[in-house]
Amino acid sequence: MRYAYLVLAFVVVATVSILGFRGSTSTKPPLEVFPDMDRQAKYKPQAASAFFADGRADRPIPPGVVARGDLRDDAHLYTGKAADGSFASGFPSSLSIDARFLELGRARYNVSCLPCHGAVGDGNGITKSYGMGATPTYHDDRLRNMPEGEIYNTIVHGKGNMLSYADKLNAEERWAVIAYVRALQRAQTGTLNDVPASHKSELGIQ
Amino acid sequence: MSHIFPKSANKLPLQIIIFVLVLVGVVTAATTYYATPKYTRIGYAPVQPVPFSHALHAGQLGIDCRYCHVGVDKGATSTVPTAQTCMNCHNQILPDSPALAPVRESFASGDPIKWVKVHQVPDYVYFNHAVHVNRGISCVECHGKVNEMEVVRHEKPLSMGFCLDCHRDPASHVRPLDQITNLNWTPAQASEHAKWAQDFVKNNHITPPQSCTGCHR
Ligand code: HEC
Ligand code: HEC
Ligand code: HEC
Ligand code: HEC
Ligand code: HEC
Ligand code: HEC
Repeated sequence: MRYAYLVLAFVVVATVSILGFRGSTSTKPPLEVFPDMDRQAKYKPQAASAFFADGRADRPIPPGVVARGDLRDDAHLYTGKAADGSFASGFPSSLSIDARFLELGRARYNVSCLPCHGAVGDGNGITKSYGMGATPTYHDDRLRNMPEGEIYNTIVHGKGNMLSYADKLNAEERWAVIAYVRALQRAQTGTLNDVPASHKSELGIQ
Repeated sequence: MSHIFPKSANKLPLQIIIFVLVLVGVVTAATTYYATPKYTRIGYAPVQPVPFSHALHAGQLGIDCRYCHVGVDKGATSTVPTAQTCMNCHNQILPDSPALAPVRESFASGDPIKWVKVHQVPDYVYFNHAVHVNRGISCVECHGKVNEMEVVRHEKPLSMGFCLDCHRDPASHVRPLDQITNLNWTPAQASEHAKWAQDFVKNNHITPPQSCTGCHR
């Protein structure tokens, strides 16, 4: 009997020394103990495929396909261009510019644009100190007077060193970001006269 | 007539029963310790084709998770970024770094970088990121402190028990919606936060599914 316990103790020590403890870092894929139906013959997003030549399960949309409800016949909203092909000024009429819209713009700007253009749009984002010197400030007359449609075009197609952000923002979000950029520009040119009378005392100005 | 068995043999059946009980105990303990996701999954940190560091990009540079994982608040999948997302910066930052060669190759050819998947629920579980992220559940609850990881490491078991622990008691896990991607966030006032969380769950009717069809279809 003593031997049986000795063998058991040996097996326990061997198991612990081979398998280690919980939480230890490993580069080997997790063992699926009962792999019942864990991996089924179906594609999940961004998965690999042995069937298609390019090895991707996600298929690109064939040219000319329009998804239902996605006709994009509003040129101003989807291209930022007016009927004559020039960049459109102002915002598409189908969007209502309100506090919710600006709040959306602020949230998306802080996610997508802030690393380079900075929190106040002065071009001093975190990337500047790592070698991206070319990021411009929004606070010069060229960008202040630039039609909204041209900024839209920059977001969709990029410009110079800035690549496209079309995959990160949908049409509404792009316009919301533009509205927020306009708000940032306005904020830099504010004067004392812009402060509502009811808030002047809070700021200590009469 | 001499005895065939020594006297001690009388105790043998009892001893065998005790040994079998001990053995069953040890095997049960070993199975719960080694054959559950807490052992099999936690700690999985595969070698990626590009030595991408979340500690640098998300932690030090402070880039929001959604800059790269665009789909996380829009749909079920939290998309892993395209090579173009990297090139947004790396066309100017370290444009010749050898570590980034696969990124440049992928950007030029359009073929995706072959990132190794870390977190993966079984195919019979229908997980959805947006329903969690837009209802006050932070990435840190299910992925750990990614913003401090040099290499993404599986931190949580993601077992059914893990999901249900929270689904039974969402109030102790929710946080303000603007702090979802701020993994270092902690409530300034624990007691006030508990009260806020109760109200948040009640006012927004947050009722995570506990019935099987919620997660299995
Ligand atoms: C990865 C860094 C980076 C990010 C993120 C970024 N930009 Fe830029 N942006 C640049 C650089 C660099 C330029 C200068 C491009 C040039 O002229 O070569 C620029 C230029 C611009 C310009 C001026 C274009 C012109 O006509 O001169 C606008 C407007 C702009 N960005 C808007 C945005 C908006 C809106 C976002 C967020 C959706 C954004 N950018 C995100 C780097 C960035
Ligand atoms: C600069 C882009 C970038 C940012 C910002 C970023 N990630 Fe990632 N993330 C990636 C890439 C690329 C991968 C795939 C490679 C890997 O696993 O390391 C990834 C992988 C992951 C994975 C593992 C995916 C899997 O295969 O299971 C998780 C989880 C994750 N990221 C969470 C986060 C969280 C949380 C944040 C915010 C704190 C964040 N990421 C910010 C680019 C980014
Ligand atoms: C917002 C800008 C930005 C984005 C987007 C970005 N990076 Fe970086 N990356 C940086 C900065 C800044 C550094 C640090 C450079 C330094 O240390 O001088 C860096 C460093 C790196 C390094 C280390 C390179 C070396 O030679 O040491 C790797 C690898 C890397 N990034 C991969 C990626 C990948 C993969 C992606 C896309 C998922 C990505 N980066 C997206 C800004 C960015
Ligand atoms: C409630 C838990 C939970 C939360 C919260 C959560 N994740 Fe996930 N995440 C998962 C699970 C489970 C998977 C595996 C999904 C699968 O296998 O399809 C996953 C997978 C991923 C992946 C790999 C791609 C994919 O979708 O399969 C990335 C990247 C990721 N998460 C990033 C994030 C980021 C960024 C956040 C926060 C904004 C976040 N996650 C919040 C549970 C969560
Ligand atoms: C930290 C807390 C937490 C964890 C962990 C968690 N969930 Fe959830 N889950 C929630 C909350 C909160 C909701 C939102 C409920 C609502 O909107 O009413 C939710 C909703 C869901 C829904 C959506 C149901 C619907 O209404 O469509 C599914 C499916 C789901 N969770 C699956 C999972 C799975 C699978 C896991 C484990 C991998 C998991 N959850 C882990 C908190 C969590
Ligand atoms: C909150 C989401 C959620 C709900 C609700 C849920 N499950 Fe699950 N279930 C999971 C996840 C996640 C897994 C995968 C666990 C793993 O891989 O470790 C799972 C795995 C399973 C498995 C396979 C276990 C194995 O290892 O083979 C069974 C069987 C199962 N669930 C049955 C049920 C039943 C029955 C119910 C209803 C009483 C239920 N589940 C409700 C999330 C859920």
